[in-house]
Amino acid sequence: MEIRSAMNELLTPAVNSICEKFNGQASEFRGDVTILVPAELVVEAATTLRDEFDFDMLSAETAVDYCPQTTPRFHIVYIFYSTKTHLYLTFRAALNGDDPNIATMETVYPNANWREREIWDLMGIKFEGHSDLRRILMPPNWEGHPLRKDYPLGYEEVQHSFNLEEIDLRKPKGVR
Amino acid sequence: MREIQEFTLDELKHLFTPQALTGETVVLNMGPQHPSTHGVLRLILELDGETVLNCVPDIGYLHTGIEKNMEAKTYQKAEVLTDRMDYMYTMGNNLVYCLAVEKLTGLKSPPRADAIRVILAELSRLQSHLLWIGTSALDLGAMSVFLYSMREREMILDLFELVSGQRMMTTFIRPGGLWRDVPAEFESALREIIKVFPKRIDEYEALLTKNPLFMSRTKGIGKLDTKTALAWDVTGPTLRATGLAHDIRKSNPYCGYDLYDFDIPTQTSGDVYGRYQVRVEEMRQSVRIVEQALDKLPYGPVRDNNRKYIPPPRSEIGVSMEALIHHFKLWTEGFNPPAGSVYTTIESPRGEMGVFLESDGSPKPYRVHYRTPSVTLLQIMPILTQGCFVADLIGIIGSIDIVLGDTDR
Repeated sequence: MEIRSAMNELLTPAVNSICEKFNGQASEFRGDVTILVPAELVVEAATTLRDEFDFDMLSAETAVDYCPQTTPRFHIVYIFYSTKTHLYLTFRAALNGDDPNIATMETVYPNANWREREIWDLMGIKFEGHSDLRRILMPPNWEGHPLRKDYPLGYEEVQHSFNLEEIDLRKPKGVR
Repeated sequence: MREIQEFTLDELKHLFTPQALTGETVVLNMGPQHPSTHGVLRLILELDGETVLNCVPDIGYLHTGIEKNMEAKTYQKAEVLTDRMDYMYTMGNNLVYCLAVEKLTGLKSPPRADAIRVILAELSRLQSHLLWIGTSALDLGAMSVFLYSMREREMILDLFELVSGQRMMTTFIRPGGLWRDVPAEFESALREIIKVFPKRIDEYEALLTKNPLFMSRTKGIGKLDTKTALAWDVTGPTLRATGLAHDIRKSNPYCGYDLYDFDIPTQTSGDVYGRYQVRVEEMRQSVRIVEQALDKLPYGPVRDNNRKYIPPPRSEIGVSMEALIHHFKLWTEGFNPPAGSVYTTIESPRGEMGVFLESDGSPKPYRVHYRTPSVTLLQIMPILTQGCFVADLIGIIGSIDIVLGDTDR
């Protein structure tokens, strides 16, 4: 997709190259450029971005849950930064709702280690090849992934002996 | 209620040497309640005598689910939660959230509000550095600095109370400007701070900079080079102490930081002493910025005039029906920004602090993610502490200046 002229001229070659090589779709909102990259190519695209276009930092990595939509349900958001050109560039990778998993970014940007642990902990997305995929913020024996949209926000229905099982069935199960 | 478990040694064995399981080396638990971890941080250490072989940080003891809670509140109400993350840089937490909301909605903060934002953000940086210099020197056994630095920190917190009615959790910076204008006493109180500070910073330096005990405890300890720092996304004074002059205030200016004249202090040593020197110099630069901002503080409104997002002033409500409707709509339903996602960053005393904000067009944020500098600083603890002594470990934790509320959110 051809990008608009408002975009920073330093960013244009990187965006065009990524879009062309990795079949990405670029879009711009309020000056932030986002490229939707196919999930299986995102690590390769990030390597290109780091080696050819000097994006030397992975500033943030997070996930968004679009429940109840299931295909795709999740977006993984990678925000890269270059200390040379002072530009930000965002990648998004779409994942389906059943057994979401994606290759780890740790091999390209080592700091993705804890960021991906956090996403696994709070969103329940598995990272293939991650060196240490444990829960980070919640206790190790916690059930469910709290940042998912189908996870209740604290309060729960009070169960009595006569409706214990009935309410149990209504509770969101998520991936347990 | 099930009991909360911890990771067993067997689950963590890939992080230690094989000798840890046979008992040749000692695995020792430091924290979560330990006076020098600056909060509830647990470090699992593998020790060979006094030498640290491995250090595994375990965080999450202060996890309060703020990101999840913000999704259930309107944009105005969610802001109150942001103060509670990095409790040493509360004004900055508000600021970065407000900048994200402004970017999303297209609101513009007026010049007077921008200048006051800069003043308050720099004072927050100053008070954060003051607590850091006190506690990190305390960790190394220099007790007196703490008493001096807390005395000056009190002046700044009193000023926060003067402008907002609160010492720490101010929520004074709001989307589109400020909660209200500063009172008349603000200028004289601030002039007093500007007058005394350079001398007081000299006092701290007299206690520490050339102190042979302090130097021998900090020089050459916890070394980091620029390449590793960038790969692990380390920012702020810890990065600048390795020699790279990277500062969001200069590289991606916000709130008119480009109007002020200030330097980015750097050091090349990359050790605990280097980080100390960078932070002390940063305090001087902060005072410089505050002075310039106060000298050219413009007059005018402190909030944007867009009534679809900004509640009308009290005086209008009694005479204008539209104002009453807007007031009612904004405080019951909230405002509806356009759908989309934005990312904004500011320079916190610890490094780059960012907000990823996604809106689906409803009055509540669809997803808020805080990119906090303390996470990456804590993440490189295994690299910084490799082969150091347990006593040096305390100095290293102090030097990277983590806030546990910031890591756990």
